[in-house]
Amino acid sequence: MNQSALTARNVSLVSCPCCHLLCEMRSGHQGRPLTCPRCGAALHQRKINSLARTWALVLAAFVCYIPANVLPITHVTSLGHVQSDTIMSGVIYFMVSGSWPIALVIFVASVFVPLVKLIILTFLLISVQRKTNWRQKDRTRLYRITEVIGRWSMVDIYVVTILVALVKMGALATIEAGPGAVFFGAVVVITMFAAMTFDPRLIWDTKEQHNE
Amino acid sequence: MDSLIACHECDLIHRIQPLAEGAVARCSRCGAVLYCHKRNSLDRTLAMTIAGLILFVLANSFPFLSMKIQAQVQESTLLTGIKELYAQGMWQVALLVLLTTILVPLIQLLSLLYVLLPIKLNRKPWKLALVFRFVQRLQPWSMMEVFMLGILVSIVKLAGMASMVPGISLFAFLVLIFILAASAASLDPHLIWEQVEFKR
Repeated sequence: MNQSALTARNVSLVSCPCCHLLCEMRSGHQGRPLTCPRCGAALHQRKINSLARTWALVLAAFVCYIPANVLPITHVTSLGHVQSDTIMSGVIYFMVSGSWPIALVIFVASVFVPLVKLIILTFLLISVQRKTNWRQKDRTRLYRITEVIGRWSMVDIYVVTILVALVKMGALATIEAGPGAVFFGAVVVITMFAAMTFDPRLIWDTKEQHNE
Repeated sequence: MDSLIACHECDLIHRIQPLAEGAVARCSRCGAVLYCHKRNSLDRTLAMTIAGLILFVLANSFPFLSMKIQAQVQESTLLTGIKELYAQGMWQVALLVLLTTILVPLIQLLSLLYVLLPIKLNRKPWKLALVFRFVQRLQPWSMMEVFMLGILVSIVKLAGMASMVPGISLFAFLVLIFILAASAASLDPHLIWEQVEFKR
């Protein structure tokens, strides 16, 4: 047998998604989904409808990404004067005021990371659909990166929460959260779900078909 | 079949071999971590979990930051920001922050204690598989370390406007994120799964 073809699926085994126990893929369970005998998680050879679900979530995130960046995330009221800030205007404020490391942190976490994550996921989806076996190891690594970096986008949401809690000095200065924050939170949550529904094993499935 | 494991990222089957302490087994094809052998996994994770719970109570009972403008002092605990967002009609954002910084970390710490303490005392916790599966699924939604970065950014942002006074809770928080990271790093899930009895 070809070494690279010895996957769980090829020998009718299924790996539990939660406790990683190798289970037999038995048929004949009418209507009852197959579950792991050890931890009870539902067993599937590949995540169900991985491509369709991930596509849906990625597209939804792309849509939310626009209002997240265009709408203001904070309204600062200071002595009767109201100023609305988007994510980008916050970054520019920090750059102008000289604290460029903070500007860089916010730019990377709030603008760069979500966009890169969406682009990587789109690329992975297209490459899986084209059944290419081009640089599978590197593509798996890309997937691992998207899983790790996504959470850091939450920084801006937390900054808004803290500002709102601290700056409520009546007429002197008050900060309120803007509608952009809702869309931004949605982008982070949706992209996290998108990374979870994507099945990296699909990247490798073509190779086995070529070898057989 | 118990001596085999399939890579969860590329499905390649590997034979499980005994590992030296602190060693990690990686998939030969895609490089994903298959399993590892942590030193004193149970004791360390249990210790970190108990320390984490104490710090969690501290972090949530005191103000973490106060701001001074002239004579006005504004104190803030973790919950005030969430309440304020809710009052402004941003309940979705309030819920997201409540879940990721308070509820999920708390539930995770409590469930880990529930799982680890009986095992340490040679007892089998009730519904162990269900609870531990829940812990594993919650993992990505605990974002304490990201919140810490948020605090730092806010301090810099407000520093020009007013003087910022760090509270007790901020220090508790700072230690807590390291404790949580250490707890996650010392936990060997396969060790817990081996405790679950099951019929094939």
